[in-house]
Order: sequence, then C-alpha cells, then structure tokens
Amino acid sequence: MTVTADNVTSALEAEKVSSHLHPEGSLDVNDHPAPNGREEIWRFTPLKRLRGLAADAEFQASTTETSWNTPEGVRIANVSGEEARGLRGISGLVPNTRFGARVLSEVPSTLLVDVPSDLEIAEPVIVDLVGKDAGVTEAGHIPLRFGAHSSAVVVLRHTGSASMAQVVEVAVGDGARVTVVSLQDWADDAVHLTHHEAVVGRDAEYKHAAISVGGDVVRMDSNVHYDGPGGSANMLGLYFADEGQHIEHHLYVDHDAPHTNSNANYRGALQGEGAHTVWIGNVLIRKVAAGINTYEENRNLVLTDGCQADSVPNLEIETGEIEGAGHASATGRFDDNQLFYLRSRGIEENEARRLVVHGFFNDLIRQIGVEALDEKLRDIVADELEKNVLDIPFEAATN
Amino acid sequence: MSTLEIKDLHVSVKTEDGPKEILKGVTLTIKDGEIHAIMGPNGSGKSTLAYSIAGHPKYDVTGGTVTLDGEDVLAMSVDERARAGLFLAMQYPVEVPGVSVSNFLRTAKTAIDGEAPKLRTWVKDVNGTLEKLDLDASFSTRSVNEGFSGGEKKRHEIAQLELLDPKVAVLDETDSGLDIDALKVVSEGVNRFTEGADKGLLLITHYTRILRYIKPDFVHVFVNGRIADQGGPELADQLESEGYDKYVKAAV
Ligand SMILES: Nc1ncnc2c1ncn2[C@@H]1O[C@H](COP(=O)(O)OP(=O)(O)OP(=O)(O)O)[C@@H](O)[C@H]1O
Ligand SMILES: [Mg+2]
Repeated sequence: MTVTADNVTSALEAEKVSSHLHPEGSLDVNDHPAPNGREEIWRFTPLKRLRGLAADAEFQASTTETSWNTPEGVRIANVSGEEARGLRGISGLVPNTRFGARVLSEVPSTLLVDVPSDLEIAEPVIVDLVGKDAGVTEAGHIPLRFGAHSSAVVVLRHTGSASMAQVVEVAVGDGARVTVVSLQDWADDAVHLTHHEAVVGRDAEYKHAAISVGGDVVRMDSNVHYDGPGGSANMLGLYFADEGQHIEHHLYVDHDAPHTNSNANYRGALQGEGAHTVWIGNVLIRKVAAGINTYEENRNLVLTDGCQADSVPNLEIETGEIEGAGHASATGRFDDNQLFYLRSRGIEENEARRLVVHGFFNDLIRQIGVEALDEKLRDIVADELEKNVLDIPFEAATN
Repeated sequence: MSTLEIKDLHVSVKTEDGPKEILKGVTLTIKDGEIHAIMGPNGSGKSTLAYSIAGHPKYDVTGGTVTLDGEDVLAMSVDERARAGLFLAMQYPVEVPGVSVSNFLRTAKTAIDGEAPKLRTWVKDVNGTLEKLDLDASFSTRSVNEGFSGGEKKRHEIAQLELLDPKVAVLDETDSGLDIDALKVVSEGVNRFTEGADKGLLLITHYTRILRYIKPDFVHVFVNGRIADQGGPELADQLESEGYDKYVKAAV
C-alpha cells in the first residue's frame, strides 16, 4: 500500500479520536484550570515544590544566562514580536497543561534554533542555559526547526539555579536526521517544568535524549507525533535521583501516521532518603497507524533504602494492523548473581557495584551517541556514585 | 605449596519449605599438582559444592570446614576468596551488561594482584590469551558474557583462569555444551594452567570425554550430596561403561 502525506492528513481529520492517555489540548489558557494534584497527569508531581510554575506564578524577566556556539549555516537567535509569535506551535503543540498554554501565549523570551533544509552539520549546537536565581520564576519558549533533509544535533544544557517553566518545540522536516539532547544538570535548588513537543516529518529520524540529574524537582514531558509515514522516534532518558530529589519523565508517542516507528529506553538510578523518580510512558497507536512498530522500556536501579521509583508504561492500540508493539518495565536492586560473578574474580563489593551501575548506563550513553557528550555523561554517573553511600551494606548482597 | 581442604562439608539452600540440605558431608583434599575429577548425575550437588567453595550467598554452610593452606575460607568474603587464590569457572557464567570484557579483566587482575598490571604487556597478554582460546580480539570490547554463545562463555571462563592465574581452580562443567574443537581448545587452556607450578584443579563434569584431554589423578563419584566412591583414572572408564546406576541405587 502506498500512502501519501495528503491522504494521511485527511484520514486523521476524519477521525479525531480522543485518547484516554492524553486529554485534548487547547491554546486558550482559560481552558486549563490550575492543577490541584488529583488530575491523572499531575498525580505524581509535588506541585507545592513547583513554586507556582504549573499554576499562576508570574513569568518574570529571565535571569538565566544563555549562550551558544553557531555552526556555519545555522541561525540561533533570541527573537521577539511577530517572529516569536509565528514560532509558537511550530510542532503542532496544542497544550494540555496550563503552563504550556501560558508559555505559548505570554512568554517573553523565545530562542530560535533554525537549521535550514539540506544542511548537514557535524558539530553539535550546544546551548547553555545557566540559571542565576532560583527566586525568580521565569518561562521560555525554544523552537528548534530542522529543514527537510537536514542533519543536526542540538544540546540544551541546563545548569545553575532557576525556577523555569519551558516549552521546547521541535519541527523535524521530511527526511531530516535530528538529535535533541536536554541535559538537566541543575543545582540543588532548581525547579524545572518543561514540555518538549516534536513533530516528525515523513521518513525523518528523530532522537530525543533526556538526561536529568540535578535540581529539586524536574518534570519533563517529551511528546512526539508524526507528519507523514516512515518517520521514526528514538526516545532516550537517563536520570539519577539523590536524597530528596523528584525527577519525573512523561513520554507520549502518538502514532498518528502509518509505518512509523518509535523506541523508548529510559534508565534511572535512585539513592538516598526520599529520592523519587516517575516514568510514565504512553504510546497511542491510532486507527490510521497501520504497520507501525513501537517498543518502550524503563528500568530503574534502586541503590539504597528509602527511594521510590514509579514506572507506568501504557499502550493504547486502536488498530489491529501493527507490526510490533511492546513494553517492559523493571525496577530492582542489584542483581546478586552479577555481583557474585564480579566478586568471584576478586573485585571488591563496592567496586563491583560501581561496575554494574556504569554498565547499566553505558549502553544508553552509547545509544545517545553524541560523542561530545559521552565523557560528560560518564562523569555524571561517576559523580553521582561518588556522592553515594555505596558502603551501606545490603543484606542480600553480603554473604 | 597450596592445599584446599574440605572436611565434612554440609550445605543447605533456602526453599519455601525451609532449608533443604544438599551437601551431606563432603571431605576432599586437593594438593598442588593434583587434578581431581568429580563426576555425578544431575542434581547430585556438584554445583552446590563449587558455589559453596566460592561463597555464593544462596548457599548456607551448616557444618564442616574449608581451608586453603590452613586459612579459613568460609570466613572470607567472596572477593577475599578469589584474592586468596581460588577460582571458579561457572557452569552458567553471568552476563554483566555494559561492562566490557577488557575493563572487567583489568579490574579483576588489579584486584587479585593488588596493583594495576603493566599496560603494554597486559594488553598483549589479554589478546594472546583470547586468541589461544579462539576468541576474536573484538571480544574485549563486548559486554561481559552478553550475547556470547554457550561455548564462548566457557572459553571466556578459561581465558580468565589463565589471566588471573589462581592457586586452585574449580571448573564446573566447563566441558558441557562444547563441540569437540572447542573442547580441545578449552582443555589446552586448562592444561597450560596446570602446567604452572603448584596448581590444584577440581574438575566437575558429567561426561568422561573431557578426561581424554585432561588427565585426572583422582576421580570421585558424587551422588546425593556425598562422595560415593573414589579411585584413579580407571574409575572414569568404569563410569563410562556402567553409568551411575549402582551408586544411585545404593544412595536411596
Ligand atoms: N532453591 C532451591 N530450592 C530447592 N532445591 C534446590 C534449590 N537450589 C538447588 N536445589 C537442588 O539442589 C540439588 C543440587 O543442585 P546442583 O545444582 O548442585 O546439582 P548438580 O549436581 O550441579 O546438577 P547438574 O549436573 O544438573 O549441574 C538439586 O536437586 C537442586 O534441585
Ligand atoms: Mg551443576
């Protein structure tokens, strides 16, 4: 069967299914009451610690310092006025949250990354966002536009102290090959509420990597839908929650075009009293999405007592004509047999644990595949392990 | 000079209906230069003996002693036992995703020797050993045992045996699942190890065919958690033709 982009769109319009996984959105702020925490999409989130970002905190003038490198041919700029307004919704985002609608309607700062069609850049674009004051509640809109058949890597690197509501929109043109990495390496007092929405063009390849290790509360929604058949999305995540930290990732892949692929692989580790991670992976396969393939996986490694890892994969399938769909979720402590094997070769218990944790993340780091970040990511894992109370004995693992 | 001495060893595992005794008094002494073969039917407790010597947390020693050159092995942690000179080649080697073979081998060698091996000679040693065991050099960049075939896992165990060079090695059915070529390769590796000075070997096997390549000094028949009979290499030939039937019947 051949499918053109046109008849996909008309098929879509014909059937407006409303998913159980994802409430219909609206651009109108008034359609979104401030959340009270009982809503399905907010029930895991500690709203009280969000400094009003999910509700009506004032979006003050940003104190976050932003800088970037500019590979040849790419335009990166703070834009305003008509141009900024024109970029709102380039991913087709219709917000299902109040903060999302607020950012699109009233955000004062827009940072555009524009990669023209056919441009292939080897050097990653690295945008540094350095928060200076967690006492200032602020918001930002970051449209990332990739022209047809372009190829690029964009890294958003968040560090420092901030209270930030953010919408990142990604438009991946037909046939483009795009990697977007968002690194949340915040200071301990930061709060970050962010929504990433991507539209993946015909035959395009989109890779999204969420790396969340710092901040008091980080909540990211990373959504994907398609604009034609043949697109693929590879959604990766690496997170590490310490004592008292709340790190929450929501994923929503909307297979709204036939012969599209999606793969999700999120891995997290938790250590310390009150470390809490949440992973919600929603995949919707619409009636029109015949011949698709999807697989999602979340694994959590619990390193100490007193942590909580929530992991909820959801698959909603509206067509029988899919090629493959699956999910897996596992949360556990160290595997005794792995530790035994390493220790039986003389490796001390702590060292064996360190090897296992590095191993747990190494695979993912390889999949992220941004060479400029490899070492940084390995260091992040090593640093997190340094903080750790790995010396606390486990009954199960001590002999 | 090294001697592994097992005396009246009793071991049980935890089950839903409480502890179950698997080893019911095992006594065995392995002196350096000696090769002992333990042969026995499925479920007789051979792996339990091997794991108990290595200190797997699943097994509870309820009686008896194990010493290496007089040192109390049972009082040592798993890694201390390895550093004291014990090695177990496992029946089912464990996959450790994301940890490369080269990193694993280097970390283990450093732990055993108490200092990092000299980089240049070490890389040569590793590559040379892998090659002798018919493992492509690319194995060193792969994750430990992940996606290895059964035979590759076994050959990787013997590569570790050669590189870590313990005093006493216990090989738990290293021969099972190997085709005849791989069996030869593995046996040669084991023989290179035992040619070294002062090495003791406990070879656990189900089949006699490996004994064509590795010549045991002593053969023990293991049935129902105990050594039911022992003798020289000729005992293996007798088992080959008669099987374990008479021992199994006697044990019930
Ligand atoms: N957790 C357990 N619960 C109950 N029985 C167990 C448990 N673990 C081991 N056993 C039993 O202990 C006995 C000895 O097992 P072991 O693995 O030592 O045998 P083996 O001689 O190595 O057998 P094989 O030749 O198949 O490798 C078996 O009967 C096995 O079923
Ligand atoms: Mg066995």
